[in-house]
Amino acid sequence: MSELEVKNKFNIQASTETIDGEIATLNLGPTHPATHGIFQNVLKVDGERILHAEQTVGYIHRAFEKLAERRPYNQITPITDRLNYCSSPINNMGWHMTVEKLIGADIPKRVDYMRVIVMELARIADHLVCNSVIGVDTGALTGFTYMFQEREKIYDLYEEICGARLTTNVGRIGGFDRDFSPEFYTKLRTFLNEFPKNFDEFGSLLERNRIFMDRTIGAGPISAERALNYSFVGPNLRAAGVDYDVRVMKPYSSYQDFDFKIPVGTEGDTYDRFMVRQQEIRESLKIIQQALENMPSGDYHADIPSFYLPPKEEVYRSMEALIYHFKIIMGETPIPVGEVYHSVEGGNGELGYYLVSDGGRNPYRLHFRRPCFIYYQAYPEMIQGSLLSDAILTMSSMNVIAGELDA
Amino acid sequence: MSTSSFIDKTIEGLNSKGFILEYVVDQYNEYNVFISANNALETIKYLNADLGYGFLVDLTGSHYPEKEGSEYQVVIHLQNLVENSRIRIKSNLSKDNLEFPSLTSVFSSSNWMERETFDFFGIQFTGHPDLRRILNVDDMDYHPMRKEYALEDATRADKNDTFFGR
Repeated sequence: MSELEVKNKFNIQASTETIDGEIATLNLGPTHPATHGIFQNVLKVDGERILHAEQTVGYIHRAFEKLAERRPYNQITPITDRLNYCSSPINNMGWHMTVEKLIGADIPKRVDYMRVIVMELARIADHLVCNSVIGVDTGALTGFTYMFQEREKIYDLYEEICGARLTTNVGRIGGFDRDFSPEFYTKLRTFLNEFPKNFDEFGSLLERNRIFMDRTIGAGPISAERALNYSFVGPNLRAAGVDYDVRVMKPYSSYQDFDFKIPVGTEGDTYDRFMVRQQEIRESLKIIQQALENMPSGDYHADIPSFYLPPKEEVYRSMEALIYHFKIIMGETPIPVGEVYHSVEGGNGELGYYLVSDGGRNPYRLHFRRPCFIYYQAYPEMIQGSLLSDAILTMSSMNVIAGELDA
Repeated sequence: MSTSSFIDKTIEGLNSKGFILEYVVDQYNEYNVFISANNALETIKYLNADLGYGFLVDLTGSHYPEKEGSEYQVVIHLQNLVENSRIRIKSNLSKDNLEFPSLTSVFSSSNWMERETFDFFGIQFTGHPDLRRILNVDDMDYHPMRKEYALEDATRADKNDTFFGR
């Protein structure tokens, strides 16, 4: 059957309407291969151009704040893993520091430095995912495959510290459950030697790439004023030109000891967000290097027997250790009444914990200030009038993580 | 940066306008300022425009069912990025009147934070452009973070924690 015969038989007529001027509703998501996670956007499009967007969130809401009200303090750490699962250790440490602030624990310098190493590794892993995925969304798959190999090495380092890779549950209230092993130091040194070269290779693939620059400069921009009004934090705010970094403004975990720069952008577009993250990875490497060189001696946990589990062999031998072990496991240690807000610079910016304690075994109220949830509001404003493919790019460069968005 | 003196200046300024009901400096040296819901919007506008608190860190709620007449609380963290000064604003609400002015005219970011607070605590933000549930399903008919909704079934006999529970 020829083409003409088919047309005549089935009465097929070519559309005479043009796309211009006709507004279509497009459902992008909830599960769409171009959005990394469960995001739904209802778009009004005129051809390729977006006129209006509305996000739907809550697809993976797991009621973490409610769950936390029934859990003893040390059992909340695994919940925090599942917020921004690209940089779980930062969430874990942030939670530990919040509880330590509540109970007024005195943390040894060594713990601070160990935490800094782990947190900066997590930041590198987080930014690597984000930046290599920006590459994927512009059609450059190569960088992604190489950078995910590097991320695997960071996960090997996590594994060396705590045995887990993705949802790490690393550390304890008061410090770490064990000291870093010699293998960890060997692996970390190897990583610090090899990673910069591989990373620069990735950088040279994209940073000054004509096609990549044409594609990302001007895509999804936001001004500094609007970014502040939308409570942007982290790399997204710094890309717009505001040098707000919790590590510097409200130093925690001895960040004041380290010498590092805060990279800022000017336009707040996808390219600036990409470049800010690129530079931050380099700064994080410097911080790790400094922490490793100046690692203080001392204990790897604070001396807070009523919160930090005694060594297991002690529990079998000494009465005191057995009592503390029992009390901690049963959540029967006295906790001060009070409320604290503590924030850390997570992969996406200020990750805050607002904790209210009434002295009981569980928090009375725990609220997570999740950076993604707050800055994702600006998404429709950022993509309005842009092309559909730029909208995808904008979302991946904002590094919206579904776990953090929905809590 | 003289954070402590700036926070004193903030308290002074708020006091001169008569916005403060009371304020408490807690054991963590954090300033808790209690304001009335009626002039909350003016207070936030004043803090934003005159005292430079241009960054809304967080807005959330809490439920204290045993506190007669102030069962609900709206908790707002504001930050002045230039002076690096942070302040915690609280406003108590009675369960009979859960209205609080929406801050969306000042901070665009408060939109979803208010929707979240409404979703979980049922606090009505007056003047909010689109006060709907955000994380829970739309046809849910209760506000799950309220304390009367225990996470586990309170009638279960095998979960009786007489000795170790609260």
